[in-house]
Amino acid sequence: MALQSPSLELGASAMQPAAATATRGYWMSVGRRLRRDPVTLVCAGILILIVASSLAAPWLGLADPYKTSMIRRLYPLGSPGHLLGTDELGRDMLARLIYGGRLSLFMGVTPVACALLIGGLLGITAGFLGGRVNMLIMRVMDVFYAFPSVLLAISLSGAMGAGAENTLLALTLVFIPPVCRVSESVTTQVRGFDFVDAARASGAGTLTIVRVHVLGNVLGPILVYATSLISVAIILAAGLSFLGLGVKPPEPEWGLMLNTLRQAIYVNSILAALPGVMIFVTSICFNLMSDGLRAAMDVKA
Amino acid sequence: MDTLLPLDDRGGPAQPLLLARGLRKHFPVGGGLFGRNRKVVRAVDDLTLSVAKGETLGVVGESGCGKSTVARLLIRLIRPDQGTVVLDGDPVDEPHGITVSELRRQVQMVFQDSYASLNPRLTIGETLAFAPKAHGVPAEEARERVRDLLAKVGLDPNNYADRYPHELSGGQRQRVNIARALALRPRLVILDEAVSALDKSVEAQVLNMLVDLKTELGLTYLFISHDLNVVQYLSDRVLVMYLGKIVELGPVEAIYGDPQHPYTRALLSARPSMDPRKRTREAPIQGDPPNPIDPPSGCRFRTRCPFAEDVCARVEPALADTGAQAVACHMRVACSGHSKAA
Repeated sequence: MALQSPSLELGASAMQPAAATATRGYWMSVGRRLRRDPVTLVCAGILILIVASSLAAPWLGLADPYKTSMIRRLYPLGSPGHLLGTDELGRDMLARLIYGGRLSLFMGVTPVACALLIGGLLGITAGFLGGRVNMLIMRVMDVFYAFPSVLLAISLSGAMGAGAENTLLALTLVFIPPVCRVSESVTTQVRGFDFVDAARASGAGTLTIVRVHVLGNVLGPILVYATSLISVAIILAAGLSFLGLGVKPPEPEWGLMLNTLRQAIYVNSILAALPGVMIFVTSICFNLMSDGLRAAMDVKA
Repeated sequence: MDTLLPLDDRGGPAQPLLLARGLRKHFPVGGGLFGRNRKVVRAVDDLTLSVAKGETLGVVGESGCGKSTVARLLIRLIRPDQGTVVLDGDPVDEPHGITVSELRRQVQMVFQDSYASLNPRLTIGETLAFAPKAHGVPAEEARERVRDLLAKVGLDPNNYADRYPHELSGGQRQRVNIARALALRPRLVILDEAVSALDKSVEAQVLNMLVDLKTELGLTYLFISHDLNVVQYLSDRVLVMYLGKIVELGPVEAIYGDPQHPYTRALLSARPSMDPRKRTREAPIQGDPPNPIDPPSGCRFRTRCPFAEDVCARVEPALADTGAQAVACHMRVACSGHSKAA
C-alpha cells in the first residue's frame, strides 16, 4: 500500500504560498467581468442618466410640466424654447418626459422591490424548509400563476380602481409569484449542497444557516431576475396608465402621455412616439443589464 | 479563553461512545396519489452498531448499500424511522437524554465532496469560525481557534484563512473540511468517504494526518469507505454492509484474514492485486445489487450468493457471533437448515 509516506510530508505541498494574483472574492471578480462588458456598461450609463435626470428634474431649469397653452399645441421637435416640442395641451415635452420618468421609474422599481421582499422571503422559506411548507406556498403561487400577468394586473387595478397606489399594489401582487418561484428553485438547489448539511451538523439554528450560508448564494440570481422584471413592471405600469387604470392626468407619466398623445399621431407622429421611446429605451437597458449581470455572475470559481 | 472545552469522558472506557440500536430508515419513493401503494427504499434496516472509545470503526460496502445514510442518521441530518442513538450513555432526542444539538457538538462529520461541502461565498476562516460562533464563542476567540485549526491540518493560517474555496486544491479543501469537523472539539468524527475523491498521494497524506490527529486529540473515528485497502489501514474494527444490513462485523484482522460471509469474501477477492501473479481473473460476484425497493426475502445476498439454498430465501439470518467476528449467514450457524452449516 502506498500509505507509508511520512506524515511530516503532509504539509509540503499544502504549505506552499499561492500565487499573489489569486482572485479575491466573488463580487470583485464579478465587478471585473462587468467592467469588460461594453453593452452592460452603456446600458448602465443610460439608466444612470435617466434616473439622475428625473431625480434632479426640479433643479434642471426645465419648463413647468403642468403649464398648458392653447396656442402652443403640438409644436414639432426642435422648436425654439421647446427642444422636444409640446404636447396636445401645449405643455413642454422635455419637461414632461423627464418629470414623467420619476413616476414611471417609481412604478417600475417599487413593485419589484416589494415583490422581491415578499416573494423572496416566501420562496427562500419554501425552498429551505421543503416538504409541506413548500407545497403550500408554491401551490398558492401556482394559482396566481394561472393568470397571464398583464390580465391579472388589469383585473386587479380594474377591481381596485384607478390610481397610482392601486397600480403599485396590483403590480406587486403580479410579481410575487415569479420572484417566489425563482427564489424557491435557487434555494432548493443551494440547500442540496453539502455545506448546508455541514452547517446543520454544526448545530447552528435554521435562521443562522439561512443568513450565513443560503442568502449569500441565492441573492445574486434572485436580484438578476428582479432586474429583468423592472422592465416588465415599467411596461405594465405604462400600459395600465394608457388604459386609464393607472396614474391620472395631468400627472406626467410615460404610459399616460402615450395615451393622450395618441390623437396626435397623424399630426406629429415623432412627437407622439417620444414617451414610447423612453419606455423602450429604459426597459431594454434594464433587460440588457440584467443579462450582463447574469453572465458576469454565472462563472464558477 | 476557552469557551468550548473538550468534553469529558462520562461513562468510562468500557462504555461505547456511540451506540445505535435498531436504526431504520425507509425512503418513500413516488407512490400513488395520497400515499397509496407507496413504495420505500429500505436504505437502512434494523441496524445495530457500537463504536468504542478511541477506536476506528470502518464501514465498507458497495455503492448504495446505505453507508452514507447510516452516517447521516447517526448525526441526525435525517431522522430515523425507528431506533435509538445513545451517546456515551445518553440517549439522543429522548426524554432524559441529550438534544440533537448536544449530539452535534460531540459528533461531527466530514463529507466526500470537498468542494460542495464548502460555501463558495465564505473565506476559509469564515467557514471554520461558523460552528464555534454558532455555539457562542466570541469573535476574537473564534479567530484564534481558526488559526489553531488550520495549523493542526497543516495549512499556514496566515496564508489560508482569507482565501476562498475555489483557490484551494482538492487536498487542501479536504483538510479544511477536517478542520471544520474538529472546530467544536468533537469526540467522534464520522468520515464519510472523506478521502475517496482525492489523488492517491494526497489521500495518503490526509490519511496520515487523520491518524496523527486521532492520537493528538483523542478522537474516535467512524470511517466510511468503499476502498478496502484504506479501511484496512485505518480501522480497528470493520463493519461490512449489504443492502442496508450488516453482514459481517469484527476486528480488522479477522475480517481481512478470515472472512466468514460469502459477500465479504467476494469483496476482498475483488480487490485489485499488486502482484501480477495473483491477477483477479473473473468477477467474483455476478450482477448488480438487487433493488432496495424490493429486497430479496430471507437473506438479502442470496440472489448473488453461490451457496444460496432454500433456507436462505425463507429465513433471514441473524447476526451471530462466530468467535472472532459476528456474521449474518446461515452457513455459520449450526442447525440453521443450510447443508453447509457449521
